[in-house]
Amino acid sequence: MSAVKDKKDIKGDFITIFRENRDRIDSGSAPLMNRFRGEALEHFRQLGLPSDKSEDYRYARIESLFDKDLAHSFSVNKVSFNILDIFNCDIPDLDTNLILLVNGKYYNPKKPLIELEGGIIAGSMAEAAAKMPDLVGKYYNSMAGESDDGLVAMNTAFSQDGVFIYMPEGAVLKKPLQVVNIMIHETDLMAQHRSLIIAEENSSAKLVVCDHTLSASSFLTNSVTEIHAAAGANFSLSKIQNEHNGSAQISHTFIKQKKESSVFTNTISLHGGFIRNNISARLDEEGCENNALGLYLTDKKQYIDNFVRIDHAMPGCQSNQLFKGVLDDQASGSFNGIILVRENAQKTNAYQANNNILLTDDARINSRPQLEIYADDVKCSHGSTVGQLDDNALFYMRSRGIPEREARLMMMYAFAYEVIGRIDVKPLRKRIDDLVNKRLRGELSRCNNCAMNCG
Amino acid sequence: MLKIKDLRVEIEDQEIIKGLNLEVKAGEVHAIMGPNGSGKSTLAAVLAGRDMFRVTGGKVLYNGEDLLEKSPEQRAKEGLFLGFQYPIEIPGVSMVNFLKTAVNELRKHRGQKPLSASDFLKMMREKKELVEIHSSLTNRSVNEGFSGGEKKKNEIFQMAMLEPRLAILDETDSGLDIDALRIVANGVNQLKSKETASIVITHYQRLLDYIIPDFVHVLYDGRLVKSGGKDLALLLEEKGYEWIKEEAES
Ligand SMILES: Nc1ncnc2c1ncn2[C@@H]1O[C@H](COP(=O)(O)OP(=O)(O)O)[C@@H](O)[C@H]1O
Ligand SMILES: [Mg+2]
Repeated sequence: MSAVKDKKDIKGDFITIFRENRDRIDSGSAPLMNRFRGEALEHFRQLGLPSDKSEDYRYARIESLFDKDLAHSFSVNKVSFNILDIFNCDIPDLDTNLILLVNGKYYNPKKPLIELEGGIIAGSMAEAAAKMPDLVGKYYNSMAGESDDGLVAMNTAFSQDGVFIYMPEGAVLKKPLQVVNIMIHETDLMAQHRSLIIAEENSSAKLVVCDHTLSASSFLTNSVTEIHAAAGANFSLSKIQNEHNGSAQISHTFIKQKKESSVFTNTISLHGGFIRNNISARLDEEGCENNALGLYLTDKKQYIDNFVRIDHAMPGCQSNQLFKGVLDDQASGSFNGIILVRENAQKTNAYQANNNILLTDDARINSRPQLEIYADDVKCSHGSTVGQLDDNALFYMRSRGIPEREARLMMMYAFAYEVIGRIDVKPLRKRIDDLVNKRLRGELSRCNNCAMNCG
Repeated sequence: MLKIKDLRVEIEDQEIIKGLNLEVKAGEVHAIMGPNGSGKSTLAAVLAGRDMFRVTGGKVLYNGEDLLEKSPEQRAKEGLFLGFQYPIEIPGVSMVNFLKTAVNELRKHRGQKPLSASDFLKMMREKKELVEIHSSLTNRSVNEGFSGGEKKKNEIFQMAMLEPRLAILDETDSGLDIDALRIVANGVNQLKSKETASIVITHYQRLLDYIIPDFVHVLYDGRLVKSGGKDLALLLEEKGYEWIKEEAES
């Protein structure tokens, strides 16, 4: 463990921490991952942290997140109690394969990699990089390495572990895989996990990721996930963000799609003090489909920021962004959706919608669509709304005897359902439905269990 | 049942209801007629509890209690129903969920247990037959994509489900063909009993061929300027409102 002391020079501090801990970082990871660190640190030195002057981080005050003493857990997790005891996940209808990450590291020393039907391999990123360097080396950091976001470079320099999933050609995973990210520490802690998902030709799988905090300390997570979908692959990622409001998380998801592949992401943000999600998809061959959905239900002083970038690099692809949010109290946030249609990406269909309901005068959202279209034969649309609950509809319901609070809930729920309704795993949809309902009712305060078993 | 005394209502500093008196007793049917803009919908909305209107004077007693201090939902639970002139679309809220919540809130208020899912569906089926509403409509979101006529029938359907003591129907007959009109009238007549009352706001006397009112009132410029029996409606149909205006202004 080491701590950031000097609050003024965050970049310099991280470079020092890196130097001082390089051996521990390396030894807790794999040679393949270690190979990228030096260059990534140099990259980070050049880029620094995104400032609020950065175009892409206009509203997100990243630097302020680092303005505290944060420990780093570079050594092996020393959790003094049996995590599996508190984290007792019995899932009645949603039968998932469960992977635990504790403070950003894979937690199951006996089985660092598990093999599932069709030759699918899932487990520890570091273990996969150590055992299958040829396979991992073909993909690792290929997208993240091209990013000009200092936070991504920082992750590549520091990250030791995360989740690895490999789906060989034609493999179909019937049960969804579930990853539970747990943050638990006596003092404030930073974690930077790194995940890689390789979906080969015509493979298909669904992943559910739940983020939780199990102790009251402040946490900061800076995670990177790279998803490679080969021709005809079908991959779905549902993220349920439910950390306590003293925690901050920044997630970077990179997606590259080959011919006729389909990728679906759904980001559900419930609790968490500061949440920034970057989703960047490159539709790299013809006939791809990308759906990026999100739902955020925030209150108090929560900050939620979704930054989506869909790059139509080739013709005949379809993308659809749908982000909806309800902000209460002094909650604030931002949605930024980029649709880039490159010159030869004819016959592109690209849609984007961001709809927001502000429940108070103090709640704020900045919604910014950015369309950059260089092809002429395209269908693009975007719509962004910021509004209140419809007074006429509220009165109509109340005039039928429905109490105001219930009427408001029904309308907020109706608003959210457009996103929930598109979750393709039925038991998962039911669970999320439940969670959203509880969240709207203010009954979901702190969740010590996995999202699938909330309540 | 309902006593309105010298009611005055404003919106945006403009007085719309200018001292209105009306008493409705259990078992009665009252018709309120009057030219556009005379304040009929405003009156109905104030009675139902719409808070965008400001009551600046007068009193409304409902079953002996001050109606105006109650919330809209409280009024509904105590048996007041407003059939909207322009029913509201509520995307994403299903008819079934909407009505089930409303019916069970009402039952809770009366100290009854909530209806089971099957009992509720059975009740829906019965009432749907009464108003000849298309089955598919109740599978949709509230009023979403309903035609004008369907929306009006849906108001009557909701009224049949909620079985109010005092129903106020604001131009439920407007824009309906004869068949739909009969259905609306039928809904009102079914509800009629010694314990219930209705206020039917209408533009046309033709509805009153099917719903026989005990009293007909003319609302003009925020006041009830003339009251009478069924014959008054016929007179209005024949002579229009001009003579009323002249009479009122002189
Ligand atoms: N929301 C409103 N804002 C401003 N004026 C209104 C509003 N609603 C009604 N009014 C005014 O009140 C008067 C009465 O309207 P209304 O009650 O709808 O009449 P009616 O139903 O008899 O046609 C009209 O002059 C109308 O313009
Ligand atoms: Mg009217």
